[in-house]
Amino acid sequence: MTERFMVTQTAVNIASRAEEAEDVVTLRFDWDAPASPGQFIMVWIPGVDEVPMSLSYLGDRKGITVKNIGEATKALTSLQAGDQMIVRGPYGRGYHVPKGKVLAVGGGTGMASLLPALERVPTADVHTAIGARGERELLFEERAKRTSSNVRVSTDDGSKGFHGNAVQLAREMMSSTKYDMVLGCGPEKMLYFLHKLCAEKGVPCQMSLERYMKCGAGLCGSCAIDGKRVCREGPVFTGDELKDMKEFGKQRRDECGGRLRL
Amino acid sequence: MTSLKVVLAGVEMENPTMLASGIMGETGGSLLAMAKGGAGALVTKSIGSAPREGHKNPTLVELEFGYMNAMGLPNPGIDAFGEEMYEAGKAGIPIVGSVFGASAEEFASLSKRMQEFGAEAIELNLSCPHAKGYGMEMGVDPDVVASIISEVKAAVAVPVFAKLTPNTHRLIDVALAAEKAGVDAIVAINTLKAMKIDVDAMRPVLSNRYGGLSGPAVRGVGVRCVYELYEALNIPVIGVGGIEDWRSALEYIMAGAAAVQIGSGVGRVGPRVFGDICSGISSYMEVNRLRNISQLVGVAHD
Ligand SMILES: Cc1cc2nc3c(=O)[nH]c(=O)nc-3n(C[C@H](O)[C@H](O)[C@H](O)COP(=O)(O)OP(=O)(O)OC[C@H]3O[C@@H](n4cnc5c(N)ncnc54)[C@H](O)[C@@H]3O)c2cc1C
Ligand SMILES: Cc1cc2nc3c(=O)[nH]c(=O)nc-3n(C[C@H](O)[C@H](O)[C@H](O)COP(=O)(O)O)c2cc1C
Ligand code: FES
Repeated sequence: MTERFMVTQTAVNIASRAEEAEDVVTLRFDWDAPASPGQFIMVWIPGVDEVPMSLSYLGDRKGITVKNIGEATKALTSLQAGDQMIVRGPYGRGYHVPKGKVLAVGGGTGMASLLPALERVPTADVHTAIGARGERELLFEERAKRTSSNVRVSTDDGSKGFHGNAVQLAREMMSSTKYDMVLGCGPEKMLYFLHKLCAEKGVPCQMSLERYMKCGAGLCGSCAIDGKRVCREGPVFTGDELKDMKEFGKQRRDECGGRLRL
Repeated sequence: MTSLKVVLAGVEMENPTMLASGIMGETGGSLLAMAKGGAGALVTKSIGSAPREGHKNPTLVELEFGYMNAMGLPNPGIDAFGEEMYEAGKAGIPIVGSVFGASAEEFASLSKRMQEFGAEAIELNLSCPHAKGYGMEMGVDPDVVASIISEVKAAVAVPVFAKLTPNTHRLIDVALAAEKAGVDAIVAINTLKAMKIDVDAMRPVLSNRYGGLSGPAVRGVGVRCVYELYEALNIPVIGVGGIEDWRSALEYIMAGAAAVQIGSGVGRVGPRVFGDICSGISSYMEVNRLRNISQLVGVAHD
C-alpha cells in the first residue's frame, strides 16, 4: 500500500575523500541502499545540520560531491577518511535514463547529479557541456570524458574553453547536432534559460531543481514549487512539467516558507 | 447511492477526509495539490503572528510505523499568508485556518485575520509538543484553554475547532472546558511527545531533542482518545492520528469521529490517500447497505 520502502538513518564511514575543484570535495562511502540516477540523500553531521545532497556515485560505494558554501557544507568538506556521517534516503524521483542522443548541461555542482545518469547511456550517444565561473571551479571534466564522446567547457571569465555561460554553449552544440533529450542540473537561472532553449528547439528535456528542504520525505512542504514536492515528485522534472510551473526560475521560499524572488 | 457528505459544525464537506495541519499546508500551491488528491477540506499549517524559521535540521525521523518530527512551527507569518489562502481558495473546498499564539489575544487576532482571508473555520493549535511557550504548554490547562476559546469565539463568526494533545491525563477535562467555552468541535490527536536516539551518533537525532510521534504508531492512542471524547462531549469530534487507508479511517469514525484528518499518510501513501480512503469507505457502505456516512459515526459504542 505504501509508495516505497521505508528509509532509515544509517551511519556510514568515509572510505575516501577527493578534492575535485576549488572548495569542492567528493566523499565516498559504502552503503548498499538501492538508488537511481538523480536521487538525493539527507546527510546529517551530528551537532551541525542535516542537508540534502545528490548522489554523485551509485552502486555499493556511493558518493556525494559537496561545495563548501556555509556551515553544513564546510563541516562536510572537512570530513576525512574514517570519519562518520549519517545518511537517510535515497529520496526523490531522478532522471528517466534517456535513449538516443543526449546533451547533458551541468553548472556548479550539477554534474554530480548528472554523471550517474550519463554512465547508463552508451558513451557514443552522450555530449556534455560543463559550465563554471572559471577554470579553477571546473568540475568532473575527466569523468565526463569517460562517459561522453564530446565534452565541452564554458567559463564565465573565459579562462578555459568557450567564453560565456553553459546555455550559450549548449545553443552552439544544439545548432550543430540534433539531440533527442537534454538533461540539465545547475543554478536555476541556467536551467530556466536552458528550458527556454529546449522549447525553442523542440527538444524534450529533464532538469533537476533545488529548494529548501527540511524533512526531505514529502511531509513538511518546505520544498514546494507550484504545489509539487521537489523532494518527492522531483528533484527531476520534465520540460512539460516545468512549462506549467509559475514559480520555476522566478520564485523560491525561505526557511519560514515566505516567498523570495530568484 | 452512498453519500460521503458531511456537515461539520456548519462546514459542508463533500467527504469526511481532511488534510491535517502541518503537512503540505504552508503554500497555496501545495494546498491545491492536496485538494486534487481528493480531500474534503484542508487545514493550513499552523500560522503565527511573525515569520518563524522553526527548528534547525534534523527535524524529521522516519520510522517503520510513522515519523517523529520537531519542525518547530515554521511559518511565513500571518501577513504573508493571505496570498497563500487566496490561492488555496481556488480549490473550491473549505479551508480551515490553523493558528498558534502565546496568549488568548494573539489567538483571537490571528483567527480574525484567517476569517478575513476566507477560512471557513478556525483550528486552534493547543497541542504542538515541541515549540516552547506554545501549543501543548497551554493546551493541558482547562482554564487557559477556556479563556482562549472565549476570546476567539468573541472575535470570529466562523466555527472554531480546538486541536488537543494526548500528552496529558486531563484530555477529557480540557475538552469539557473547551465545550463549555463554546468551541464548535474538538480535533484529536496531535503528535505524542517522543524522542529518538541514534546509537552511532550517541545523541538524540532531532535538533530539538524532543519531537512528536505520528503515523500508524499512534493510531491506537488516537482511536482511544476519540472514543472517550465521543462519550464525554455533545459537540463533534474530528479524528486524526495514523490514518492511511479506509479501514483506519473507519476505525476513527466508528469510535465517534464525524470527520478525519490525514497527515503522515500524505508522506507514506501520497496525496491520493484522500481519494483512496473515500472509495474504500464507499465500497464498504455499499456492501453493508448504508446510505449515509453518518450512520457509521460512533457505532462502536454500546
Ligand atoms: C535535491 C538537492 C540536491 C543537492 N545536491 C547538492 C550537491 O550534490 N552538492 C552540493 O554541494 N550541494 C547540493 N545541494 C545544495 C546543498 O544542500 C546546500 O548547499 C547546503 O544545504 C548548504 O548548507 P550550508 O549550511 O553549508 O549553507 P547555509 O549557509 O546554511 O546556506 C547557504 C544556502 O544553501 C541553501 N540551503 C541551506 N540549507 C538548505 C537545505 N536544507 N536545503 C536546500 N538548500 C539549503 C540555501 O539556498 C542557502 O541560502 C543540493 C540541494 C538539494 C535541494
Ligand atoms: C511534519 C509534521 C508537521 C506538523 N505540524 C503541525 C502543525 O503545524 N500544527 C498542528 O496542529 N499539527 C501539526 N502536526 C500534527 C498533525 O496535524 C497530526 O495531528 C499528527 O501528525 C497525527 O496525525 P497523522 O498520524 O495522520 O500524521 C504535524 C505533524 C507532522 C508529521
Ligand atoms: S522537504 Fe519536501 S516536503 Fe519536506
